[in-house]
Amino acid sequence: MRRVVTLLLAAVFSLSWTDIAFAQGTLRIGMTASDIPYTGGQTDNGFEGFRFVGYQIYEPLIAWDLTRGDRLAPLVPGLAESWEVRRDQPTKWVFKLRKGVTFHDGSPFNADAVVFSYESIKKKDAPHFDSYGSGQVSFRLASLTGITKIDDHTVEFETNKPTSFVPYQVCYMLIVSPTQWNKVKDWRKFAEQPSGTGPFRVTKFVPRERLELEAYRSYWDAKRRPKIDRLVLLPLPEPTTRLAALRSGQVDWIEVPPPDSIPQLKGGGFQITMNSYPHNWTHTLRLDKEPWNNKLVRKAANYAVDRVGICKSLLNDTCVPATGVVYKGHPWFGKPKETYDYNPAKARELLRQAGFDGVSKRPARAVHLISTSGSGQMLPLAMNELIQKNLKEVGIDVDLQPVEWNTLLTRWRAGFKTAENEGLNAWNISWNFLEPWSGFGRFFHSKAVVPVAVNTMPYINPEADRLIDEAERTFDVGKQNEILARLHELVVDDAPWIFVVHDQNPRALSARVKGFVQPQSWFVDLTSVTVR
Amino acid sequence: MWAYAGRRLLLAIPTLLGASIIVFAMVHLAPGDPIAAVMPAESSQAEIEATKRAYGFDKPLPVQYLVWLGRVAQGDLGKSIATRRAVILDVRDALANSLVLALSSSLLAFVLGVALGLLAAFRQGRALDKLASAIAVVGVSVPHYWAGIILIIIFSVQLNWLPAMGAANDPGVLAYLRHITLPTVALALIPLGVITRVVRSAALDILNQEFVLALRAKGLAARRVFAHVVKNAAPQILTVLGLQFGFQLGGSVLVEAVFSWPGTGYLLNLAIFQRDIPVLQGVILVLATFFVLLNLAVDLLQTVVDPRIARH
Repeated sequence: MRRVVTLLLAAVFSLSWTDIAFAQGTLRIGMTASDIPYTGGQTDNGFEGFRFVGYQIYEPLIAWDLTRGDRLAPLVPGLAESWEVRRDQPTKWVFKLRKGVTFHDGSPFNADAVVFSYESIKKKDAPHFDSYGSGQVSFRLASLTGITKIDDHTVEFETNKPTSFVPYQVCYMLIVSPTQWNKVKDWRKFAEQPSGTGPFRVTKFVPRERLELEAYRSYWDAKRRPKIDRLVLLPLPEPTTRLAALRSGQVDWIEVPPPDSIPQLKGGGFQITMNSYPHNWTHTLRLDKEPWNNKLVRKAANYAVDRVGICKSLLNDTCVPATGVVYKGHPWFGKPKETYDYNPAKARELLRQAGFDGVSKRPARAVHLISTSGSGQMLPLAMNELIQKNLKEVGIDVDLQPVEWNTLLTRWRAGFKTAENEGLNAWNISWNFLEPWSGFGRFFHSKAVVPVAVNTMPYINPEADRLIDEAERTFDVGKQNEILARLHELVVDDAPWIFVVHDQNPRALSARVKGFVQPQSWFVDLTSVTVR
Repeated sequence: MWAYAGRRLLLAIPTLLGASIIVFAMVHLAPGDPIAAVMPAESSQAEIEATKRAYGFDKPLPVQYLVWLGRVAQGDLGKSIATRRAVILDVRDALANSLVLALSSSLLAFVLGVALGLLAAFRQGRALDKLASAIAVVGVSVPHYWAGIILIIIFSVQLNWLPAMGAANDPGVLAYLRHITLPTVALALIPLGVITRVVRSAALDILNQEFVLALRAKGLAARRVFAHVVKNAAPQILTVLGLQFGFQLGGSVLVEAVFSWPGTGYLLNLAIFQRDIPVLQGVILVLATFFVLLNLAVDLLQTVVDPRIARH
């Protein structure tokens, strides 16, 4: 009997080497998402969805150059070879499309595919309108109002006003295969057998468990044909599970390792990559209701948070304190009047001025919706508990309500004024400021109020409107930066958010992973990566 | 016997109906419009209309309940808000994974627990008894998710013998066994402790009865005495086994989360944070049904083992 048991155990354990054999040329990534991001084109789960699913299976007309780590990632031609605004009609943009590109199903990429993809997002009565995908991305394409096919390889976009932001919106519109959709005529089925032009194509889809992709050998850009054969994406929202999966060799790459584990991981031969990128981690406040309708209370909250403590003690230097939307040194930072350092005494004084020390109005109370994990959310539970404690110490009682990441995004897009969200006073969502629209336009313009875009607070300030409009009309980048710096000074002083930290985007890679460059971006290029 | 079985089956019906009413009520207890509770925010008007018809939201509550119950009886549990797949598919896959885990961990716990409990009873007061009791105490006291993390640290991270998470993706029985080993052990700890203790005390109880003394006095071999004791302790042991198996099926939320085991517990946890009410409804309903049926099966099994129960 004992021998049988020993033999069985030996048989089971000896299989551990097969994992390694299987992984030849395979990159396995542990994501923070709790589910596989939507594969039907216009992906979900925030920018982690774009990072691993959207931009790997599909491509936009204008793409990000993610090959370097020493500068902010710029826009480069993707499925469009060139684009320009028409001199005679500045609301029209002509895009020359790349020739000789094929979708994963073998059908050709052309102007019809661009029109089809645009309509799946914008044309509600089209048979191929994707209500789910549209909900994910339409707010990022707010200026685009129409599209016309000029010829097989030329399209013309129309905008609601002359705007220099067009390339920054087009880069989020992913092109799907009309041929494949017409085979299944249903977005859920399409998501299970998707077809794009990206460097990877889907081979296996197991809902809630894993997504398997393989290198697309006919990818149009020879320089960006993947070096690995297979890519496996696993949703692992639990940080300790993610860490254990990496350390036991079940995955080769994890997003956001627990900061405590970083020294140990380094000692164990794992690579830790970090880089600054346009990210801010904030609480976006509701401005039409107590307590956050009072600027003094908002400033008090900003002075109450111990950002250095969060970055040093809690997150092991994987972030830097945030005192505004963008970080110091960024062209849009400017010279804000307020620098929100950790000053509880000042916070209490501001609260007293706001009337929150009387019997009737003390303490200030708020309910904040937070996530349990997710793209750019870092370690939301631990960080929020510390912030809750900080705020409590100055006299602001915050009740934290955790929900799953994608659920938080869905509720946020609907705004505060739904039955479900009525009782809330803020959301804790990390934002990007890759470009002026994502950084400012969608949040701080009075015309971006839900449902047009995502000014949920709502933040209404004519001066902010004027500056955003001016930046949008300004095609000279240097001048545009100056205008946005003025806007930033205004926003920092109004404190419509609790500014907390800027992430450094830590990820942990096994020593077998080579050739990865961490760009100053939310997205990554996986085509240069090799696995041993 | 058959009359008893029929009576027990009838008694199970109100229990099941009660569970279904609670599950149905979840839609109306969730904040906001019931449509919002069961539909993705981006749903088209056509989808919303279809759901309204399915739930009959315009009709009085009791009618809505009956309509819904009719659909459930046909296996239609609605669509998941998160994945927009039919809930029945998600629940089916998850249930299969959880059943395997519940079976393997129950088997491990039952075999070890019964053996340890009987050994302890027959060696009362000796070293073996103390060891068995110690194992039982550890088993019931250590939180199983914590034990799971410790197992991962030792066997996955340090020794690198077994995978830390997930169900097997590569084909083959051995790959499957490797993935299921750690969650099985973690999940077996609590029932192991409970069963050891119950079996020990049940066996001791019977050992102290006079008929055992009589058996021994008439010179019956120790082996035969043992058989008598086990037979008499069986109904009590069976009850505990049945209950524990039920707990295994529904109570593995934490262990499944720690090991990312794609079972009902994992699905339940995800659905709670996704506010995915149709999935919650589906999982809870299916688990409740399983629990009721399992209790029924155990009761019937008991009457087979001990016919006196049916006569009461």
